Amino acid sequence: MDLKDLYRDVILDHNRQPRNFGALTGADAQADGHNPLCGDRLTVWVQLDGDRVTDIRFEGKGCAISTASASLMTEAVKGKDKAAIQALYEQVHALLTQHNAEADASLGKLAALGGVSEFPSRVKCATLCWHTLNAALERSAAAVTTE
Amino acid sequence: MNAVSAAAAPFDAERVRADFPILAQQVNGRPLVYLDSAASGQRPLAVLRAVERYETHCHSNVHRGVHALSQAATEAFEGARERARRFLNARSTREIVFVRGTTEAINLVAQSFARPRLGPGDEILITGLEHHANIVPWQMVCAQSGCALKVAPIDRRGEVELERLLELLTARTRLVAVAHVSNALGTILPVKRIVEAAHSCGALVLLDGAQAVPHTAVDVRALGCDFYAFSGHKLYGPTGIGVLYGREELLEEMPPWQGGGDMIRTVTFEKSTYNELPWKFEAGTPNISGAVGLAAAMDYLESLGIEAVAAHEQRLLALATGELERIPGLEIIGTAAHKASVLSFTLRGCHPHDLGTILDTEGVAIRTGHHCAMPVMSFFDIPATARASFGCYNTEADVRALVAALGKAREVFG
Ligand SMILES: Cc1ncc(COP(=O)(O)O)c(C=O)c1O
Repeated sequence: MDLKDLYRDVILDHNRQPRNFGALTGADAQADGHNPLCGDRLTVWVQLDGDRVTDIRFEGKGCAISTASASLMTEAVKGKDKAAIQALYEQVHALLTQHNAEADASLGKLAALGGVSEFPSRVKCATLCWHTLNAALERSAAAVTTE
Repeated sequence: MNAVSAAAAPFDAERVRADFPILAQQVNGRPLVYLDSAASGQRPLAVLRAVERYETHCHSNVHRGVHALSQAATEAFEGARERARRFLNARSTREIVFVRGTTEAINLVAQSFARPRLGPGDEILITGLEHHANIVPWQMVCAQSGCALKVAPIDRRGEVELERLLELLTARTRLVAVAHVSNALGTILPVKRIVEAAHSCGALVLLDGAQAVPHTAVDVRALGCDFYAFSGHKLYGPTGIGVLYGREELLEEMPPWQGGGDMIRTVTFEKSTYNELPWKFEAGTPNISGAVGLAAAMDYLESLGIEAVAAHEQRLLALATGELERIPGLEIIGTAAHKASVLSFTLRGCHPHDLGTILDTEGVAIRTGHHCAMPVMSFFDIPATARASFGCYNTEADVRALVAALGKAREVFG
């Protein structure tokens, strides 16, 4: 297990300076996510044009993996429709859970999460934002949890 | 350690360490530095061997047979009960109920003592630093019986505000349930004071001793408590075994908690009569080898001397506290005047979860999270802490490894 592989520069950068961070006023939907095990909490807001996410922001407190994952996610899904987001999530999930998974070029910066697969206890940190986004997209006001 | 310093040293942790085979391993290519004894202690060879001996030579069911093995098993199990009685200085083995652990002990008291007696207008008093195991069972009783749960607050040091606790103690208070030592903060509570105050109000007291027994000789008669609960696995014994001590008069009046074999005297379809104490509370086949292991753990700890172990741990705590205080951005959570060897902290810019991962890659095992004490986390307005805890086998080298690993975390997140 190599720490440098988990905490790649992109991860550390997005942890220190998360993109699209802070409430989105006038959002069409939002959802709260909570991982009670480590106390991570985040809120995701989305603005939609039909099926397409035109804007997305998040806010919350969490570990570096959960913060960076959320930050990277907001950059990656902006402009995509629900089907494309679902497909992207499936790719990310495979990257997070399969050892030595080759990061597909289409993952872009999200590939920086590739080190997580060597640290199974951290997978939930990285997926919390995706579950929360999914809840927001379903316009469910209910809080989701990874437990 | 050379002979001179060994002779001068009051406690030889290196030798103690050698009694714990699990500690001699590498984790992630580094020698294991185990700083999570507050979650679960490791077992010395003496415990492993006692369990093996029992399983190899003595096992059968207890209280049921005339054959040799059943008698041997019964003797081992009841011998362990006598060992636990001595450990707590209880009056009688009738006051020693074997349970799965602290959690089950508290639930037993909640359901068998509190639930039938308490109702609207009655109050149960706990404190702001309790483990979930000493919160949720009482919430369940409140929902079932209509009584109310009161919480004595803690202050920024992690000490219970005694004045506020005494104010909350009224004629309505029927039961006070408090930790002897806090698992998240290390605070040692002034339990004797609390017992005296509660009794003068006519309330009974349960002490959650899960974190206390590895560090303090407990004398339930000197403490004057009505119930005392602890788990074997925090005492260098096995999991799945623990003890509920209850004053005999109270246990006598309490109805059984679970029904089944062993807890009855006679059964007909019309009516059953119950066994006597303590078996009335031990339905079903118990954890016999667990009890044997627990007794061996008590022998082991007393052979080291609980006072000597505690003094050693206090030295490590003082050393670690001094070292950690010097780390920029590190904040110690829980700074009570009297603490057991539990050190909770946060590091600015580095979430406890990340800290835990980084320390693990250095071979240093600490606990991160809310430590089953979410209200404590809310009080300090933090999602989680990192917690290092020291046991009888930890050494100054372990403290140095912790400090070095924290340096590594600061490098990564610098
Ligand atoms: C203070 C305290 N109470 C109760 C418990 C619950 O103990 P167990 O899980 O062994 O039942 C613990 C264990 O974490 C504890 O530290």
